[in-house]
Amino acid sequence: MQRLRRTMMFVPGNNPGMMADAHIYGPDSIMLDLEDSVSMAEKDAARLLVHNALKTIDYGKTEMVVRINPLSTPYGKKDVEAVVKAGVHVIRMPKTETAEEVKELEEEIIKVETELGCVGRTQIMAAIESTLGALNAYSIATASKRMMGIALGAEDYCANLKAQRTTGDSPNFGMELQFARQCIVTAARAAGIDALDTVFSNLNDMDTFRREVEMIKAMGFDGKSIINNGKMVDRPVVIRAQRTIDLAIASGILTKEDLA
Amino acid sequence: MEIKTAMAGTLESGDIFIQIAPNDNAGLHIDLDSTVAYQFGDQIKKVITETLQGLGIDQAEVKATDKGALDCTIRARVTAAAVRATGKDVWAD
Amino acid sequence: MNSIKDRAALIAEAAKKMNKGVYNDANVKKDLTPRHELQRKSSKVVTLEEAIKKSGLKDGMTISFHHHFRGGDKVINMVVAKLAEMGFKDLHLASSSLIDVHEPLIDHIKNGVITRISTSGLRGALATEVSHGLMKEPVVFRSHGSRGYAIKSGELHIDVAFLGASSCDPLGNAAGYSASENAKSICGSLGYALPDAKYADHTVILTDDLVDYPNQHNAISEADVDYVVVVDSVGDSSKISSGAIRDTKNPRDILLAKQAAKVVMNSGYFENGFSLQTGSGGASLAVTKYLRQGMIDKGIKASFALGGITSHMVKLHQEGLIGRLIDVQSFDKVAAESLMNDPLHKSVSANEYAAMLEPGSATHFLDVVILSALEVDVNFNVNVLVGSDGIIRGAIGGHPDTAQDSALSVIVCPLLRGRIPCIVDEVTTLITPGSNVDVVVTEYGIAVNPNRPEIKERLEAAGLNIVDIHDLAAKARSIIGDPAPLPFGDKVVGVVLNRDGSVQDVIKNIVG
Repeated sequence: MQRLRRTMMFVPGNNPGMMADAHIYGPDSIMLDLEDSVSMAEKDAARLLVHNALKTIDYGKTEMVVRINPLSTPYGKKDVEAVVKAGVHVIRMPKTETAEEVKELEEEIIKVETELGCVGRTQIMAAIESTLGALNAYSIATASKRMMGIALGAEDYCANLKAQRTTGDSPNFGMELQFARQCIVTAARAAGIDALDTVFSNLNDMDTFRREVEMIKAMGFDGKSIINNGKMVDRPVVIRAQRTIDLAIASGILTKEDLA
Repeated sequence: MEIKTAMAGTLESGDIFIQIAPNDNAGLHIDLDSTVAYQFGDQIKKVITETLQGLGIDQAEVKATDKGALDCTIRARVTAAAVRATGKDVWAD
Repeated sequence: MNSIKDRAALIAEAAKKMNKGVYNDANVKKDLTPRHELQRKSSKVVTLEEAIKKSGLKDGMTISFHHHFRGGDKVINMVVAKLAEMGFKDLHLASSSLIDVHEPLIDHIKNGVITRISTSGLRGALATEVSHGLMKEPVVFRSHGSRGYAIKSGELHIDVAFLGASSCDPLGNAAGYSASENAKSICGSLGYALPDAKYADHTVILTDDLVDYPNQHNAISEADVDYVVVVDSVGDSSKISSGAIRDTKNPRDILLAKQAAKVVMNSGYFENGFSLQTGSGGASLAVTKYLRQGMIDKGIKASFALGGITSHMVKLHQEGLIGRLIDVQSFDKVAAESLMNDPLHKSVSANEYAAMLEPGSATHFLDVVILSALEVDVNFNVNVLVGSDGIIRGAIGGHPDTAQDSALSVIVCPLLRGRIPCIVDEVTTLITPGSNVDVVVTEYGIAVNPNRPEIKERLEAAGLNIVDIHDLAAKARSIIGDPAPLPFGDKVVGVVLNRDGSVQDVIKNIVG
């Protein structure tokens, strides 16, 4: 189905207060997240919460997307079962690197859909969050008829690239993501599906947000992911911060005492 | 059904915190503390009871601290606590 | 010859005719004390206990207070504790409002020190206790405008007013700020206290900064002040923007504020010279922020902003977008400081702010007011006083005053607060009648009162999402389910007066 996907709002999957009325802000799509915003200990509870919310809450015409945990984790398959049974429109697969991963997800979806008697209902969107994923963008985009879009996950991608995210005041603004963005938008267009840019999470920097939106629009993207407040802690940011600290300690810039 | 003590949910606005424990007496005993007790106390207890019975639990001590959760949230939290209490998931392994 | 000695006989004769004495220069002695020291000896400066004794306060009388320090107020608790210590009983406490910080009054009510209360609002533990039937006599609730007028007319007679001030000179010239270097507190406007000072039989100023005479730009004149009491602190200024007066970061409030700004801009009243007021509550206060850009874009300037003045209002005033600020209550420190420093930022008494029967009330000249609500019903009636759980948790404030007098009243109100419905079939308590409410802005759409079809037409033409208020109430029910009826008892714990002095509604006790 053709539809506008200018804005995709990330909502943490274990926060019922935020899930109850995310649609009032008028995003084209809402992405309930079971992955990075949910701690290991709460994966089961968040899955049940998202399942019940999808079944019950009237989100109107908003497209409902759920970001599941990778199938390689103990959570991924249960996530698929829970959200397909709740009638989700789109499953977003994180950290996609190959077409095979998409096909594996499709098989899991078919299993559940067959049980429900609704084969073909659920669409797939793949998030590309690594250099390998970027280079495989076209084969990922064409891995399944269910593919409706591919998206960039910039934090993990940059970590993998060993580059730093730039802000709007930098002369090199956006340079670190230039190649990945062009890979994704070109692959999406060639495959006839949508291209979505990475989430913007610093709500205190509206200037960078505006520049970034103008830039990705000029590049050909259909839309962008957003969050509705700063509460969502992105795991890659924490991992990158930890890595930076480890490197700093290893190279003698910091000592462990500095952190105490 | 054999259960051990378990909990699920949070104390944030719009959520409900559920604690389940074995009950020596027969039946479900629900101790509810809710910010909307006057208007929805009975409804909340009903949802908790139905959810637990649907999962085959009809003997347990339940402590619920509600911060204005919707029924779908209550069902999710009660189910999560029940799954943790019984070790029996509702999804295929 | 015509010297004063020659006229002595005539002077004596004139004095006799007029029944007066003859001036004798020998009786006059100049006091040579430096005047700076002399004013410190003012007989008005006394201790709190002396002030109470000298005021002639007796059991059964009415004492009054203002709430300009909001959550930081220290005067009410201090004075009532002293009255209790001195053995007073059966007092009527008439405050412009009462909030969480006034919880200690519960004990004074239980001990019989306070037996009646008149106020605009009640919050916190005191409100909860009152709702459960703490008092024998129901609390009488009036709007700010009504209270001012009731004091003037004598309907609410005040025997002794105890009014906190951030500066006062020894003669009683008092203000809600202090220009001295010893300034300890600031609350800005003393608007709600002005009728008390003027019409109370006795007025006691409590201040934490006794300044030299003359305390200029005073809000209260020495002519109205009997006693001045110096205390350590009248209030914690950091808390004047607590409670209902916060700068919101809540995304839903911002959404509501942006929608309300669009309503104002497309209402037909958004013209050069319009006047504006925003009530307390995050969303309504934030509307100013979003009106600003529209004013700049269209080259529109407001003649005045009224009511609770905020830092946003001050900013627009300083930018030249709002001509004058008329301040009955300063909602934050920036506003309080602006009142002290800016001659175009004036304070106004509650009476001249919003009394229905005062021809010069500023509200009569108000174009647009944006207000919040606890509940709005399908007949556009508004409740800002009693929670959906039947417990008193708010204040009438200037809500009915401004809604009735303005050309356009806009209510910003979420459909739901958690599982509490805010758009309902019938409000728990009637505070502002629906006939005075024009537009209700929710996150699920905007409802326009059927008696304002022209407004509906304009907002629809502007592309806003106009919905039937019945549909909003139905939507709320579909999300949260049907609430059970509240467990009200048969005792009346509160009486709500209309602006015209008539009894509009009563609040029953809640059981359990």
